[in-house]
Amino acid sequence: MEPLSIAGTAKTPSVSFDAAKGVLEIKGRSIPENSIEFYKPLVDWLEDYTDTPNKTTKVNVQLEYFNTSSSKCILDVFKKLESIHKGKGEVQINWYYEEDDEDMLEAGEDYESIIRVPFKMIEIVD
Amino acid sequence: MSFNINEYYKELSNGDVLVAYKGSITSDLINELLEAIEQKLEKADEIGKTRKKLYNILVESLQNLFHHIEEHPEGIDEIEPKFGIVSIAKDKGDYKVTTANFIHSSKIKHLKDKLDKINSLSREELKDMYKFILNHQKLSAKGGGGLGLVDIARKTGNKFDYSFYDYNGSYYFFRLTITI
Repeated sequence: MEPLSIAGTAKTPSVSFDAAKGVLEIKGRSIPENSIEFYKPLVDWLEDYTDTPNKTTKVNVQLEYFNTSSSKCILDVFKKLESIHKGKGEVQINWYYEEDDEDMLEAGEDYESIIRVPFKMIEIVD
Repeated sequence: MSFNINEYYKELSNGDVLVAYKGSITSDLINELLEAIEQKLEKADEIGKTRKKLYNILVESLQNLFHHIEEHPEGIDEIEPKFGIVSIAKDKGDYKVTTANFIHSSKIKHLKDKLDKINSLSREELKDMYKFILNHQKLSAKGGGGLGLVDIARKTGNKFDYSFYDYNGSYYFFRLTITI
């Protein structure tokens, strides 16, 4: 697999995959005006990864903010993860949210109800 | 007498205003406004939860404005292209975010129906609507997904306050106020 590493910006998250540990991490802010362009490399990468995934893949999503344009792309990412989970590898999604951030918790629960992959909601306490 | 934008802007800029802007709505402007408001909220020592909610809603409403702004409304030459108004004010403990832009009269019904529909829904119904659109509707070429208003309504728990002011018969000035 090609390594995956995208540096974060003020409007887009950092994305990285640690092949040795099988950890995919999406972290930061996701508020670009048009998110399709940003998420395409990740969705394409996952498409390739689907054929030869690690035995287990842990996905850490730790977003401070995300806009509704990103929310659809994140769903696309999760749908790819769902096909991996149904197919050749196990997937777990860890959805991080800051203490008291009910909106972010609820957003995670929305995804959990749509995507058939085990989710874990993890509260970040300062 | 047509609607007077400058008078209206003056009115909006009264009171405890954190940010007020009128002019072209561009991507750079949105970045600047977001940065400015983030700094102000930090200085004002607003609690994290409110700060995040307000910031999130601002992103959504400014990007909504950006995606729907009229490049150059026909017959309105006195105003710069992509014209819009943004104001963020504090009013008795609430934040009020107001955006305003030109809209062609043919688009009013669709928008009004959408706003009224969202205003009529309960919290649970808004959640279902959000999930339905998220799961079934494709993103437009502009990157908008039809989720912005539903998301804002869900996050605020408040009803939209809006008006359409007749500007020249074919164009109206649409004002939307969100209370947080």
